[in-house]
Order: sequence, then structure tokens, then C-alpha cells
Amino acid sequence: MTDRNRKTGWFFAAPLVVVLIPFFIATIAVVLIASFLEHDGFGGMIASFTLENYADLLRSDLTWKLYLSMVKFSVLTWIGTLVIGFWVAYFLVFHVRNPLLSIGLFLLGTVPFWTSNIIRMISWIPLLGKEGLINSTLRATGVIDEPLEFLLFSDFAVVVAYVHQLTIFMIVPIFNSMARIDKRTIEAALDAGATRSEIMRWIVVPLSKSGIALGSIFVLSMVMGDFFVVKVMSGGGSASIVSALFEDIAVLQYPPAAANAVVLLIVVVVVISLILRTVDVRKEITR
Amino acid sequence: MDSTKPTTETTEPDMPDAPAIDPTRRSLLKGAAAVASVAGTQAITGFPLIWAQDIKNIELRHVGVSYSVVKAIGDQASKDLGFKVTMQNLDTSAAINRFVTQPNSVDIADVEGWQSKLATKRGVLQGIEVKKIKEFDNILPIFTKGEIGGKTVSRQGISPYEAMYIAKKDATELHEGVTDWATFLPQVYNADSIGYRPDLIKREITEWKELINPEFKGKAAILDVPAIGIMDAALCFESAGEIKYGNKGNMTKSEIDFTINRLIELKKQGHFRATWTTFDQSVQLMAAGEVVIQSMWSPAVAAVRVKGMPCIYAPVNLKGGKEGYRGWCNGMALMKHLNGKKLDAAYEYLNWYLSGWQGGFVARYGYYSPVPSTAKKFLTANEWDYWYEGKPAKETILDPYGVAMEKAGAKRDGGSFLDRVTNISCWNTLMDEAQYMNKRWNDFKAA
Repeated sequence: MTDRNRKTGWFFAAPLVVVLIPFFIATIAVVLIASFLEHDGFGGMIASFTLENYADLLRSDLTWKLYLSMVKFSVLTWIGTLVIGFWVAYFLVFHVRNPLLSIGLFLLGTVPFWTSNIIRMISWIPLLGKEGLINSTLRATGVIDEPLEFLLFSDFAVVVAYVHQLTIFMIVPIFNSMARIDKRTIEAALDAGATRSEIMRWIVVPLSKSGIALGSIFVLSMVMGDFFVVKVMSGGGSASIVSALFEDIAVLQYPPAAANAVVLLIVVVVVISLILRTVDVRKEITR
Repeated sequence: MDSTKPTTETTEPDMPDAPAIDPTRRSLLKGAAAVASVAGTQAITGFPLIWAQDIKNIELRHVGVSYSVVKAIGDQASKDLGFKVTMQNLDTSAAINRFVTQPNSVDIADVEGWQSKLATKRGVLQGIEVKKIKEFDNILPIFTKGEIGGKTVSRQGISPYEAMYIAKKDATELHEGVTDWATFLPQVYNADSIGYRPDLIKREITEWKELINPEFKGKAAILDVPAIGIMDAALCFESAGEIKYGNKGNMTKSEIDFTINRLIELKKQGHFRATWTTFDQSVQLMAAGEVVIQSMWSPAVAAVRVKGMPCIYAPVNLKGGKEGYRGWCNGMALMKHLNGKKLDAAYEYLNWYLSGWQGGFVARYGYYSPVPSTAKKFLTANEWDYWYEGKPAKETILDPYGVAMEKAGAKRDGGSFLDRVTNISCWNTLMDEAQYMNKRWNDFKAA
């Protein structure tokens, strides 16, 4: 690379650097520093160095319980969004012959996402409640006598809300990568006598891998960083890492909250890098 | 995080034509101060006329929770005072975080007793000079002296009285006993209790232990704000005779453990249908039939009734050292950066606040003013009798926005003002063991 080239490179990167340094690097540095400070219990932080915040966090059963529940919600949501997202994308790409119609249907699929996340979550409540639509219908038809209580304020409700909120983030990247699959590859496979499931296994899934990986990153990082859906849909019955962190902040315990945030950040980074190891997203995107 | 730099924003209003007006105003202030020192409580009056030009540019930002910092009240204040008052709402924890970490972005902080303790410790407030508050002597002694009707008000939790005084203007420790400097000026308060559906629970509820009665398994809810929820839980367990707390509002570690372990047990038995954090959630839970009994706020009970669902606010009067309401009180505190004309305006605003309009407004959704004598002037006789005296309404009762909420003949649950406030047995709190309590509360949440 010539000197001149290097300069233009920096020039092009400059806007991103200008954004990243104050809004990403500096903020994370503040959190990192705070996580090593002592505090006086009244919101004051004492300039010192201690590992107590991390030690407390890692020694607490609560932390492990919360990470366990995070894994549970992440996996269930991931499966739900992947199954629905994959098949919706598959339908749009391979079954809708007219590309214009396919794009149109795709856009139509995003319509619910024009409303706020919160509205979409809250609207499940009248449906799933004790006297909600599902329970009253089931009771009216005599299927059940007592309302099904697990429908609302339960882990089930949390997963339903997550899947509803996040499936679009699966559909978009998978749709994108499927749309790049050359249809002639599939025709050739058919001509060579491949069955539907073989085509799926050897052509569609491998070539959609980058989309699946990207979608998974979106979905997992959003579930891991959430506390509001868990709080509302579980009726306060479940907690998440972020909600525990939030309770710390509510009483101005900044250093423990910061330590919690740093650990969560590390976990998320590890998860995402594991996903990225399975597929070279960069190569796939520029394919 | 303790930024003490003044932002440009706070100094701006003072800049234009300050030199021209200032001398007049200063001498006038001196005059007023001289008069004040003679006349005692009759302090700042009359000068809005002179500095009317000057104050037009002033904007006061009153920041706090939505049930205490109400836009309609700010609008009325702006109209009456001639300068702009902006109301900004945050939830309890976001509010205290903002006061402490961005003190210059707030002019009037709306704080509860326990938050005032925190904010005072952090040195973000300045003392309110009691002499400059016209109605100070008319504020109920619950707040100013810690007593009512000759009886001492409970000190479990952080009572407003306990958090009210500091020794000097810039003190960072609370002071026991009356001084000339207040940390905050009480503005709205109430006594919280249990709400229940009388159509589904066919008997009268007067004790907290009913909330944990197995009869209501899967149909009960509790408040999920640790500092408040723990008090409700403590009231329940104490009512059931399971434990006697030294001080519910400042538990020891073992008392916290007992309380949380019992909550976890109840949760595992499926006792709680849900927990709630906002006013609306509590209304929805009750109105949608998810729960039949839960800890609840008075206006939320009214809101359920407006939806056509019967709901009663349980009168949990003190009985043999148990029961009683959980009291809360929000007050206005002056941020440290206020000075000059802006500080004068802030005092004007505090004085306006206690002059009655606000008291009348909040009475119409069931909250009380610390100066009922001024609020009374802004209520009809019927409203006064209903809200404060606990007498049956002679005509329809309207809410602050003119919507009918109770028919003639209705009577307020819990009785008169005195019946309620004299039965307050504890206050919202911040315990010494807050960090431990919080952690254990999260255990309850994650269980």
C-alpha cells in the first residue's frame, strides 16, 4: 500500500473513528473504570482499585441463576425466530415466482414492525390473560374449565413476545442471502435427481448460513441485553441480568452495576465471536 | 460523576440586561429581607411587578415522577407567575440518578424523603430557607415537627420529618430537630394500602395478612419497587404474626433474609400472579381480573372503578401495634446551582405551590396537600367533605380534568384525612442495608 493510499484510507475511516471514540470507546472505558471503584452506598464513588465488585458478582448464586435464565430465553427465542424466519424467507424467495410480489410481500411482513416494540408486546396481554381471548374462547367451547394460567406472566409469554418482536431480524438477513442463491444451481440439482430435502441440506441451508448467522447475532444480542420484555411479560416473575443491573442503578450502586455490565459485555462478545467463527460473514456478504 | 461545572444553560437567563435591573432588585431584596426578619414568616411578596420584565426569560425545570410532577400544575404556575415552569417526568430511579449525576439539568428536584437523604449526602441540593416560605407555619406538623394531633408520627422507614432538616444551607448530613433550613418542601403525599375486588372477595379486608392468605393463591400481586415492595411485604408478615421487626424501614440483614425467604416461598407456591411496577400495570391487573387483591395506590383503585369494576381501597388502620398504611411524601428541593433571579423565581414557585391551587388539584385524585388550609379554598364544600372529611358525596365527584368518577352518596375508602394519616405506620425507605436488600430482592425476582 502506498503512502497516499494509506492517507485516503484514514480519511475514509475518519467519520467512523470520530463517532466510535466518544460514543463507544470512551463510554465503555468509563464503565470499565467504574467497575473497579469502591462506593459509599450513597451514590458516591471512591477513587481506588478493588476487585470486590467482580468477586461479589461471581460469587453470588443470583448471577449464575440469571445467566442460566438468559441462556434459556436466548435458546428458546433463537429456535422460535429461526424456524419461523427461515421458512418465511424460504417461501418468499423460492415459492413466490414474481420477484416484485416477493419484495411486496416482504415489505408487507415488516408492517407490524412499524409500530413500537412496546405496543406489540403489550397487545399480547389481552390475548393471553386469564380472561383474555384465548382463555375465554377455550372456555366457551368447553375445552377447558379453568383458565390456563401459564399463558400470561410466565416464561412462555416472555418467549412469545420475544419471538414476535425479533423474528423480523431473522427474516431480513436470511431473505437477503437466499435471494442471492442462483436458481440454476437448484435446477441443476433437480436434473441430477436430488430430492427436496437433499437440495435443502446441500444447497439452501449452506448458502443461507451467513444470513442465519447474522440473524442469530441480532436476536441473541437483543435477548441478552433486554430487561423490559422479561419484566412485563413474566409479570415480574422472572428477572434478567439487565434488570438486576437496573435495580443496582436505582439505588445508585454504580460500581456493582458497572461490573455486571462488563461481564455481560464479555459474554455477549464471546457468543458473537463463536457465531462468527462458523461463517465468514464478510466474505459471504461481498459474495 | 459529581460534575460541579455550571452549564451555560443555567447562567443564560441572568445575562440579558442584568446590570440595569440588578441594583433595584438587590436593594429591594435587602428591603424584603429586612422586613422578613422583622415580620418573621411574611417574606417575599409584591416584587413580581417590578421584575416582571426580567423574569419572563426564566425557565424552571421541575423534574420528578409523573404522579407528583404534573404538567397541568406547571402550566397553571406559568400562567400565575409570569415565568415558565416546565414539568419533566422520569421514573423514581431515573429521577434520583439524574439529580445526582446531572444536577445542573434540573432546577427543582421532586424527591421523596429517602431520595432527599441521598441527594443531601451527595451535596447536589441547597437548603430551603424556611423563613422565605410564606405558608411554612401552616404546613401540617406531620412534616415540620413529626407529629399530628399531638401524636408522634411513625418513624419507621424514612419519614418526611426525618429527612426534612439540615443544620445549615450547604450541609450534607440530615439534622435531627427543627432548623431554619429544609432539604425539601413537602408538596403531595398519601397513605398506601391494599386494593381488592369486593365482588370476588365477599368480606371486608382490613389487615395486610390477607394479601398472603392462601385463599387468594394465584390471584394476588405485590409491588415490585424494592424500596416500597419490601415495606408492603413486611407489613404482611408482621400482620400475620410471623415476625416482629425492630424497624421495618431499616431492617437488619436477618430481617431482610426472613422477609425475602418468605416471599420466595410464596412465589414458589404460586401465590403471586404477578408483580407490578407502574400505576397502569396495577390498574390493568385488577381490571382484567388477573388478581383480586394486591398492594395498590389510592388513585389506581379509583381508576379501576372508573372502568366499571368494583374495587375497594382497604382501610388498614393500626391494630395492636400492627397494620397501618405505608406513607409516602414527595417534596420539592432546590438544586445547588440555583442563584440570583432564578433562585428568587424558585422561591416564588415554591410559595405558589403551597398557596392552594395545586392542593385543590391533587385532592381531586385522592392525594393530599401539606397545607390543607389553602387547598380548601380551591375545593367546593362538597369536594372538601368528600376528599378530606370522608363524608358521603352530596353530588357527583369529578376528577381534576372534569370527568365524573364517583356518584352522589359515595364515600371515600379509609375515611377522613385524619383517619388515614394518623394510621400511617411506616414510610417509603432506603435502608442502611439497601445494597444487600436489593440483591435479595433480585433473588426473589429470579426465584
